[in-house]
Amino acid sequence: MTLVWLVVVPFVAGAAAWVADRWSHAWPRWIALAGIGIDLAIAVTLWFGTSGAALVPGAGPWLAEIDVRWIDALGIHLHFAIDGLSLLLVLLTGLLGVLAVAASWTEIQDRVGAFHFQLLWILSGLIGVFTAMDLFLFYFFWEMMLVPMFFLIGIWGHERRIYAATKFFLFTQVSGLLMLIAIVALYIVHGRATGTYTFDVTALAGTPMSSTMSWWLMLGFFGAFAVKLPMVPLHTWLPDAHTEAPTAGSVVLASLLLKTGAYGMLRFVLPLFRDAAASFAPVAIVLGVIGVVYGAALAFGQTDLKRLVAYTSVSHMGFVLIGIFAGTTIALQGAILQILCHGLSTGALFILAGAMQERLHTREMGRMGGLWADAPRMGGMTLFFALASMGLPGLGNFIAEFLVLAGTYRVSPIATIVASTGLIVSTVYALWLVQAAFQGPRHGTARLRDLGVREMATMAVLVAALVWIGLYPQSVVDTASPAIARITSAPRVASRAP
Amino acid sequence: MLGLLWLVPAVPFAGALVLILAGARLRRTGVAVVGAGSVGVSAIIAALIAIRFVTLPPAEGFFTQRLWTWIRVGGFAPEIALRLDALSLVMVLVVTGVGFLIHLYSTAFMEGDDGYSRFFAYMNLFVGMMLVLLLADDLLLLYLGWEGVGLCSYLLIGFWYRDPVNANAGRKAFIVTRVGDTAMAVGLFLLVTRLGTLDIQGLMQRAVDQWAIGSPLAVAVAALLLAGAVGKSAQLPLQTWLPDAMAGPTPVSALIHAATMVTAGVYLIARTHVLFTLAPSVQLAVAIIGAATLLLAGCSALTQHDIKRVLAYSTISQIGYMFLALGVGAWSAAIFHFMTHAFFKALLFLAAGVVIARMDDEHDMFKMGGLRHDLPVAFWTFLAGAASLAALPLVTAGFYSKDLILVETWSSVLGGPWLWIAGLVGAFLTSIYAFRMVFLTFFGTLQKPPTGRSGWRLHVPLIILAILAVVGGFVELPATLGDRPYFSDFLHAALPAVVNDAARAGAIARLQIVAGLVSIAGIYVAWALFLRHRSLLARLTRPRPARQLHHFWAAGWGFDWLYNVVLVQPFLWFVDVDRRDAIDRVYDGIAWSARAGWRALSATETGRVRTYATGLTLGAIVITAIVIFL
Repeated sequence: MTLVWLVVVPFVAGAAAWVADRWSHAWPRWIALAGIGIDLAIAVTLWFGTSGAALVPGAGPWLAEIDVRWIDALGIHLHFAIDGLSLLLVLLTGLLGVLAVAASWTEIQDRVGAFHFQLLWILSGLIGVFTAMDLFLFYFFWEMMLVPMFFLIGIWGHERRIYAATKFFLFTQVSGLLMLIAIVALYIVHGRATGTYTFDVTALAGTPMSSTMSWWLMLGFFGAFAVKLPMVPLHTWLPDAHTEAPTAGSVVLASLLLKTGAYGMLRFVLPLFRDAAASFAPVAIVLGVIGVVYGAALAFGQTDLKRLVAYTSVSHMGFVLIGIFAGTTIALQGAILQILCHGLSTGALFILAGAMQERLHTREMGRMGGLWADAPRMGGMTLFFALASMGLPGLGNFIAEFLVLAGTYRVSPIATIVASTGLIVSTVYALWLVQAAFQGPRHGTARLRDLGVREMATMAVLVAALVWIGLYPQSVVDTASPAIARITSAPRVASRAP
Repeated sequence: MLGLLWLVPAVPFAGALVLILAGARLRRTGVAVVGAGSVGVSAIIAALIAIRFVTLPPAEGFFTQRLWTWIRVGGFAPEIALRLDALSLVMVLVVTGVGFLIHLYSTAFMEGDDGYSRFFAYMNLFVGMMLVLLLADDLLLLYLGWEGVGLCSYLLIGFWYRDPVNANAGRKAFIVTRVGDTAMAVGLFLLVTRLGTLDIQGLMQRAVDQWAIGSPLAVAVAALLLAGAVGKSAQLPLQTWLPDAMAGPTPVSALIHAATMVTAGVYLIARTHVLFTLAPSVQLAVAIIGAATLLLAGCSALTQHDIKRVLAYSTISQIGYMFLALGVGAWSAAIFHFMTHAFFKALLFLAAGVVIARMDDEHDMFKMGGLRHDLPVAFWTFLAGAASLAALPLVTAGFYSKDLILVETWSSVLGGPWLWIAGLVGAFLTSIYAFRMVFLTFFGTLQKPPTGRSGWRLHVPLIILAILAVVGGFVELPATLGDRPYFSDFLHAALPAVVNDAARAGAIARLQIVAGLVSIAGIYVAWALFLRHRSLLARLTRPRPARQLHHFWAAGWGFDWLYNVVLVQPFLWFVDVDRRDAIDRVYDGIAWSARAGWRALSATETGRVRTYATGLTLGAIVITAIVIFL
């Protein structure tokens, strides 16, 4: 039942926030904070409650589960379940959700209730995506996050918001339709072969089908997830959407929405189409490597602060793609750690970029410079997260990237070496970001207000999380390892001759 | 007592944390106490541990302290563990000891700076990271320290961040060293994959068990680690960042870019010497890189005007000696030179810092001169440092360490006359540029009188380091001069002795006399050219080729130019061309064709029946034709 609450609480809180707007602007903020805060608390309780027996592989796949028949005629169930992988992502959603609400506290002054309504519905959809184990239900939530995100960018965004929102919508919608076709096809193939028509992920995992069919269906899923991830060359919606979105939108996009792509690959592509995915792996790894280097190089070329950070996401998510398709235990653990750490560090950078834009009314780095003197706290924090982003040891991103690359070496030394050069390019952009904004001579005369208590508290949480994962990642690794063990040991599907 | 080992890095970290969190609220005295005090406490603990280690050595010859398992995944389980053995102990003592003196000096040197607490926060963080690097029992933890010191180096080079020159220099240092670091990381990936661990001792054991001498994997790993070492230690071809690193405050140059961090590469190779022994070709490369670097940097040092840049090139050159020693298997000679170099080079930087500060931030030696009467402490201590750098025979520490390297380069089975000659020529250059500094700065006519005064906190570290720069070599007396090799004997618990070629062992006494004469000859040449007969120098450098050569050396043999043309400019060009992301043009194309199609189709909707009828007729004809003919 807990799982239903996870989805319903933000959903209801969102609606309440909208209604409460008629009394005061403060109400929606507090309601939203409470709504997503409750979710975070539930997730944390689940996490602490499950340390121990339930995480041991073999003790049953789910930490919590609820399975209710929904549309019987089509075999559709309300099937929510959570394992270590889902739990980590729900935790991330709860944490970043709280921080996203906090980051919008002064930025959003227009239609506050509607804003928080959209934001919470996205979060609710995200949690649904991370916990739904019925493909129909999954698709439902997948689409449910899309619409409020479109409005979030289109209404509260910056100068080119309509363009960015439309672009985002088209990319996601087209790729989502591919997945829908693949879902329906898989449903029919499975039904014909076994006689039971179901959307249940666990049941579908053993579907016998020709390798050609499996290949096409895999591509359908992969396409949708690759757009979300995003994978080069399907990434071009991302810089526009991230840049034009309001701070909370950028945070949710970068830290959470992109993760649904990675999650989908781990949850569906690998277990459902094991052989097809294995034969596709070289292509995916090459595209991941290209993403790492290309994204980093483009990040350095940007003059818009948010756009720079947006391209770093392309680079970092390239590591995730490599890790997932390298498929070794070490690489998969690295990919999951990268999902979390990228969420934390990039979320922080977008919050900082938002704070700067709120104060300076610009995102152009050419019009910044020398800000350290006025805002040492902001400078120190930007430096910290820039360093995290370039993979400084001691912080979580290092462990993640190290594991991905170390785990990939066995599969392809060349890919590992080329991807490693991304570490050099990331140094180039991260240091440039710090220098352009905070070092050098002062630009202009207006004094910059340094980070306040609310902002520093936000930053402190993220700093603590990254240092913790950097120095003691075992807590995360242990949570994820049963799920990874299932991915790596899933039985190969006997494929019929085409 | 040994159980307190973790405190050695932890105390400076705690100092850094206090300064970061509360530095803005502390008064200057408080900052100084926390900043210098934490390193002092760390040095005291290290000294106590050293006493215990020497008087009551642990049974196996080393002490390991496991703190926690960093991560355990898929059979890979790096530990956060510290290891104290003879090698790390020597390094730790030098880092904390010299580090404390430099911190003490900095409390006065940085007195008037806005970023007082920021400075000490970075410095403490650096010392902590350096100690992690030295004490790490696992290559992954070593890598943490390795990158950590690189970070602090970057932060401190760009400490005066308002000037873009400084910020650029810091960025350059970090990026260039990270090129090496990334190669090293690839080496770690290879080791994890092939040997399944990064625990240094386990790694060495497995490497010996699984790899034959000269096996491709051993060569690859050693080469990748060498790339990391070359970056951090500013050796060819990644040496270009160090001269620019002088943009940082002078105590930073003394601590990070002379005494400690830049020798991390030497430490890494010594620490993993088993791998290099398994890869003789790479070990030869270490020796050749060292020899080439010491010559190139020596020539460049001769042509600099900025006193700190002379010292920077000198550092590159002296680390070249350490690499030469490592390359010929003279492991403890390299560490011995590291120690004496830490003393005299830190001293030279700190003394130069006093001179520069008293000359109102003047770096150009040609605008100084005659300062020996006005700055007696700086003069005498600088002289001691320069003599040690020039390896003045018998009375300086530098003589004993450099002599050991030269002798063992000659006698080792891995060395030989050619490498020895390179070292000897380098020694000649060293002695010229060392005393060129002395004569230009402190002798001749007084060009501009110094201003201000310097207090005891500047002078005490200078005097202590000057004493060490003189007597620090007596811990290792060569066979011809008393034969008391205490230092090598102590290190042999951790590092093997050099393997000598019996055929070449006879000539040692003669070699030492030659080396001593070369050192004195260099000083004479410096005296003649830069003090006595300045006109001779002018005549020598007047011809066009001579001026071009001078220019070429002064510009560091054109490496910066080369990298700029080959790497930086193409990268910037690509970034500039693709700023708007060429891939997005494809999607623009799709959007454009959709719009074009819409426009074309909507143009057909004219509302004129005649057009529609024509369309219908034509369509019908085409379809009928298709049906009939196909």
